[in-house]
Amino acid sequence: MLQLKDISKTFNPGTVNEKVALNGLNLHIEKGDFITVIGGNGAGKSTMLNAIAGVWRPDEGQVIIDGIDVTHMPEHKRAKYLGRVFQDPMLGTAATMQIEENLALAIRRGKKRGLKWRITPAERKIYREKLAEFDLGLENRLTDKVGLLSGGQRQALTLLMATLQAPKLLLLDEHTAALDPKTAAKVLELTDKIVTESNLTTLMITHNMNDAIAHGNRLIMLSNGRIILDIKGEEKKSLTVEKLLAKFYEASGSSFADDSVLLSK
Amino acid sequence: MGDFGALISGLPGAAAQGLIWGIMAIGVYITYKVLDVADLTVDGSICTGGATCIMLLMAGFSMPVALLGAFIAGCLAGLCTGIIHTFMGIPAILAGILTQLALYSVNLKIMGKANQPINASNYDLLVSLRNVKNVPIGQNTILITFVIVAILIGFLYWFFGTEFGSSIRASGANQAMCRAQGINVDFNTVFGLTVSNGIVAFSGALLAQYQGFADVNMGRGAIVIGLAAVVIGEAVFGKFSQNFAYKLSCVAIGSIIYYFVLQVVIWRGLDPQLLKMLSAIIVALFLAVPYWKGKYFKPHHKHANKPAVNTEEKGVNENATA
Repeated sequence: MLQLKDISKTFNPGTVNEKVALNGLNLHIEKGDFITVIGGNGAGKSTMLNAIAGVWRPDEGQVIIDGIDVTHMPEHKRAKYLGRVFQDPMLGTAATMQIEENLALAIRRGKKRGLKWRITPAERKIYREKLAEFDLGLENRLTDKVGLLSGGQRQALTLLMATLQAPKLLLLDEHTAALDPKTAAKVLELTDKIVTESNLTTLMITHNMNDAIAHGNRLIMLSNGRIILDIKGEEKKSLTVEKLLAKFYEASGSSFADDSVLLSK
Repeated sequence: MGDFGALISGLPGAAAQGLIWGIMAIGVYITYKVLDVADLTVDGSICTGGATCIMLLMAGFSMPVALLGAFIAGCLAGLCTGIIHTFMGIPAILAGILTQLALYSVNLKIMGKANQPINASNYDLLVSLRNVKNVPIGQNTILITFVIVAILIGFLYWFFGTEFGSSIRASGANQAMCRAQGINVDFNTVFGLTVSNGIVAFSGALLAQYQGFADVNMGRGAIVIGLAAVVIGEAVFGKFSQNFAYKLSCVAIGSIIYYFVLQVVIWRGLDPQLLKMLSAIIVALFLAVPYWKGKYFKPHHKHANKPAVNTEEKGVNENATA
């Protein structure tokens, strides 16, 4: 489904701020995988997602989605394969536009945008139904400006926008990190529901070990721009925080103290 | 102080000018408010439109051809700014300044001299300062420009309501979101700059006819007048509706108010040489108000917003605990 082959990326090369963000990273995602991604600050989690999304081009390596080499495809063209939710709730939606306008933009992801009216009555019905399932009271506020919504509501809306048209791969970049704990739990619950119902292939970054263990069928851990742990199948199902920490220690050795303190249990 | 009759007799002219500049201000609105780009190309492209129109008319072309030519010339100017901005990676404000400077030469070349008059007696002009009063209604400049403004607003309302048009609005609202949703922000920005300057040049074509000449300096400070119209319209009428057509109408009305106020201050005896400074001060103050509000009245502002946000968040929280 998705292959990252020997991806390397160095930011600010040749300067004092030089930072090797990804260092020969390899990842193969199977269709239907729900992978949780953990790792300390600067481990390369978001950089990996941005490499897939095409925010910039990697220095080396290839990004292949469903057999298509997208390494040099610009971000907006790659969007037809990808659904994305950002950490910052403000990034995923246009505050000055209506809820239904945002959804109408999203349902046309990867399609030609012509001179037809931006939204049809049939679509409006779909939006209302989908929002009603979310149970956030947004189904009767379709023409409200998104700027009026809370962070949690905006993040839920972004999640719906990312999945309105089933993406080949859903990229969630710590999408609950900026929310208060209760709202975060609600958005995570919605995420699980959508991913399961539509059987979406998903890559979810989280800073929370419990979430990483509780969700998905596979867990990967990044350190210094590489994948140092890849846990799947039965092993993933029986995983606990203690086992994960033990594995982490085994895999990364000395960097244990640096990284583990940055992961919340 | 002049007598009151002089003020009254000046108002129809102010209305006509306000409407013509209102068209330009609508062009500015597309870049400044919709795309969130401050485009200084307009200071040059308004003259490009005027010059192109006058030269085409004098070369014997019909009015529709001359107006279309002006529109296209303006579009090309906007296209240049767009390419300098996106393809060459130069900040929009500087890209506009570069095009504007280049247009000074282009405009001189179009006209062959710095000032090109056109005699309203010899040409059948669409609008003219001779035709603001005491003319048959079909030739009345105020009515004609009003109809043009109405058609323009109707067209733009339709266009920005389409799939493509709303993706342009989104490009100005949130670029990260646009790219994630497969929208080509660069293309949309270039397109918006192109259309905006086409509209500005069209207004320049009307302005040159109205005043009876195109002048290489006719666009100096045009961006400020455009911004004045946008901010005045928004300040006076902006809070009543979020409808796009309504907002564009506010811009046109803002422009008319601007020219009325100008008429009044001249009538009160202000030295006309100070007008541009006055315009700049007005725009600076209007633009500063939202900033000051945010900076010095924040606690008050927060209070006003808080209950609404809380009730919304409660909905999320309740569901989370359920």
